[in-house]
Amino acid sequence: MSLAMATPDTDLDLWLAQQTDKSLLRFLTCGSVDDGKSTLIGRLLYDSQLILDDQLASLRKESHNRTVGDEGIDFSLLVDGLVAEREQGITIDVAYRFFSTDKRKFIVADTPGHEQYTRNMATGASNADLALLLIDARKGVLTQTRRHSFILSLIGVKHVVLVINKIDLVDYDQATFDRIVAEYKAFAAPLGFQTLSAVPVSALRGDNILTPSDKTPWFNGTPLMPYLESIDVAEDRTAQKFRFPVQWVNRPNLDFRGFSGTVASGSVSVGDEVLIASSRKPAVINRIVTMDGDLPRAIAGQAVTLVLDREVDISRGDVLSHPGHTPEYSNQFQARLIWMNEEPAYPGRSYLLKIGSQTVPAAITDLKFRTNVNTLDQTAATKVDLNEVATVTIATDKPLAFDPYASNPLTGGFILIDRLSNATLGAGTIDFGLRRAQNLTYQSFDVNRAVRAQMKGQTPRIVWFTGLSGSGKSSVANILEKRLTAEGRHAYILDGDNVRHGLNKDLGFTEAARVENIRRVAEVARLMADAGLIVLVSFISPFEKERRLAREIAGDIDFTEVYVDTPIEVCERRDPKGLYRRARAGEIKNFTGIDSPFEAPSNPELVLHGADAEPAALADELHAFLKL
Amino acid sequence: MNQSRLTHLQALEAESIEILREVAASFERPVMMYSIGKDSSVLLHLARKAFFPSKIPFPLLHVDTTFKFKEMIAFRDKTAADYGFDLISHTNPDGVRDNINPFTHGSSRYTDIMKTQALRQALNAGRYDAAIGGARRDEEKSRAKERVFSHRNAAHAWDPKNQRPELWRTFNARLNPGESMRVFPISNWTELDVWTYIYSEGIPIVPLYFAKPRAVVERSGTLIMVDDERLPLNPGETPREETVRFRTLGCYPLTGAIRSNAADLPSIIMEMQASRTSEREGRLIDSDSVGSMEKKKQEGYF
Repeated sequence: MSLAMATPDTDLDLWLAQQTDKSLLRFLTCGSVDDGKSTLIGRLLYDSQLILDDQLASLRKESHNRTVGDEGIDFSLLVDGLVAEREQGITIDVAYRFFSTDKRKFIVADTPGHEQYTRNMATGASNADLALLLIDARKGVLTQTRRHSFILSLIGVKHVVLVINKIDLVDYDQATFDRIVAEYKAFAAPLGFQTLSAVPVSALRGDNILTPSDKTPWFNGTPLMPYLESIDVAEDRTAQKFRFPVQWVNRPNLDFRGFSGTVASGSVSVGDEVLIASSRKPAVINRIVTMDGDLPRAIAGQAVTLVLDREVDISRGDVLSHPGHTPEYSNQFQARLIWMNEEPAYPGRSYLLKIGSQTVPAAITDLKFRTNVNTLDQTAATKVDLNEVATVTIATDKPLAFDPYASNPLTGGFILIDRLSNATLGAGTIDFGLRRAQNLTYQSFDVNRAVRAQMKGQTPRIVWFTGLSGSGKSSVANILEKRLTAEGRHAYILDGDNVRHGLNKDLGFTEAARVENIRRVAEVARLMADAGLIVLVSFISPFEKERRLAREIAGDIDFTEVYVDTPIEVCERRDPKGLYRRARAGEIKNFTGIDSPFEAPSNPELVLHGADAEPAALADELHAFLKL
Repeated sequence: MNQSRLTHLQALEAESIEILREVAASFERPVMMYSIGKDSSVLLHLARKAFFPSKIPFPLLHVDTTFKFKEMIAFRDKTAADYGFDLISHTNPDGVRDNINPFTHGSSRYTDIMKTQALRQALNAGRYDAAIGGARRDEEKSRAKERVFSHRNAAHAWDPKNQRPELWRTFNARLNPGESMRVFPISNWTELDVWTYIYSEGIPIVPLYFAKPRAVVERSGTLIMVDDERLPLNPGETPREETVRFRTLGCYPLTGAIRSNAADLPSIIMEMQASRTSEREGRLIDSDSVGSMEKKKQEGYF
């Protein structure tokens, strides 16, 4: 669609022009459960005469046996659309409603109040400019009020209206209103909202929704709807620095090569010099292509296709900017993380990180602290649980182009994805890039792995044994090492028990400790292989994720995962260290195979059947497989 | 050209284009559902814009229930010829064999076999990992709850209580084998947005949306157009000419017409502004029970 407006020469065109001039306000309702969020939205729609006749008729029918106001309607039924929500009388997921008045268009996200559905509240907040934060006048500021406020500030919602609801149930008492507002303002001061106002309402009865209520003569603020119609939330994204994440390479034929994407911020004109973040190479904008014809200039929010003046290497995920105003380009940054999955986040575990159109493997390298949503206090932590917020350092496998979230949400917000289930686990906002990362290159020395390997006459590699305790890992590794040594090769065994006596003696057997245990061993194995050794790692390593992490840490070093598959009955019968007996007796907790799971590898390079052959025969089989 | 921010429609258009491009870039085998209605016409127009000057890089899929209005099928074939996109039409062969129709089998069984089952057959046959649809959040309450990238398990089922969080416009497009994604690029459009966009962009739509004298019968307050001889007439019932049009299009025996004189786009938009009923009122399959749409969607309906 071209940016020029049609000349209004008919009634419809005039009316359309008025529609076009209306601004859009995206807001959400949030707050604790039962504070009346859905009812408030229903009330706004009803009072603005935006509920259509057929909807009203079915609403009256469904409102039977429910809490209703004078109109005989349970307004929450307008937005609670899922069967489970209606049955339980709660909101589970965010619902979007669209309405417009003479002055403005609105998209409202009604978000759930229950703590377990906080992730859905964050979903609603991420695309909103303003929040209606509801508080039940009888209950005041609750934990969930504080949690939602904190998430609003984290996501960058800058405008908040404190809606003190059910004011009729406290007899329209001014003192109650003033007390709640004062308490909230004290709490919210550090959260940095640009505007914060408060209004006493009864969503059920309609007080202070469209017009000032005669029941609250002491309130001289603006009623809710006029306030929403008039508040200015506009941010001039076009005035900011130019960012263009490349989404799709447009190549219809050999003569055309364009880069399709949406201008995240700023503007770009034909003739501008731009810089490609990954290669730091410059190019000049030759054309800005759309189906409606070429444009001289593209502004924030426009979806266009850019054609450059020269052949440069650009792919999906690259970011274009103006020289001198480039985004950060780094593989490490500090971020705040909201965790949205039942399984906690652990430092060291590998996730996929998606920011804009870039997706890369990433891990939390440092968990600095968790923030208590109630007090905003910062406490030390080893993991991040569901609905918690933590400040972390994240390292990615490849450098990324990004901006601090505060300066650009579209290039500073990311999600973390589980590498096995593909679930969205959490969301993060970047505080800043870690400066040292920008010039961080690994120390490279003249004597490198290839030189050392040549001296030893062998190819360094990592052979990673996984399997239950007593499966025969160490026996096989031991025989293989002896054989390699006899052949004049230089091998070394890293054994679980031995490492735990030294390097990892500070680690216990919780999940977080197991992750760290594997991470350290994998790093040591990599260093040893880099030194030219053949490293045999004999670790139970029960979790697929950690084995995958070990493989990633190995990088370009040859990595062979060997699964010693021995039935647990056989292992338990052998019980070389008496551990199964003690685990059965309850003396050892979290013992793999007894009260902690073993995830069999789905795709190991080699499976050795420990119950079917002697360790010497298995070592032969492995030796042949390795083709040393 | 000194504009510094987009108008409402320009912003909606750009958002939808971004979503369509994300689908093309993220999936192996996407497909776009093409229902021939006004929303599909808008979606098609957006897809042409998204990939210009390239052709739309995925096929369009139409599930033909055999009871679509004749004018819809004619419009579909002409549009495919005009724009040169890859059109796949699928009809459930089991339904054809058993002569499934809305009259003797009832609307819900007919819809299940000829729409939901047919769609699943077509999606499985094409091994599509993403299906783009023209649903909007303002249409119906369970749609208002759905993500833009809406995950489906290997049985094409939606789990409304466990949707992936969806922040900003950072969509998680990753799938395990057998799973698929339904993607709704015009989620944030309203019915009025669709009509004003059709008007300002000059997008062709099926003539059934415009009022004209048509042969109809009235059943429990709903005007059904007699599109062909398959519609069984009740005793004493005779079709009569009325000037009507349609707000939504589907299978003719299940789609109610409205009495209207709006014969062009400006009149339609003005009429809509004054209307006091929602567009899905004319769809007979939605009114079966509370939560009927959610149930259908869980089973794989679009």
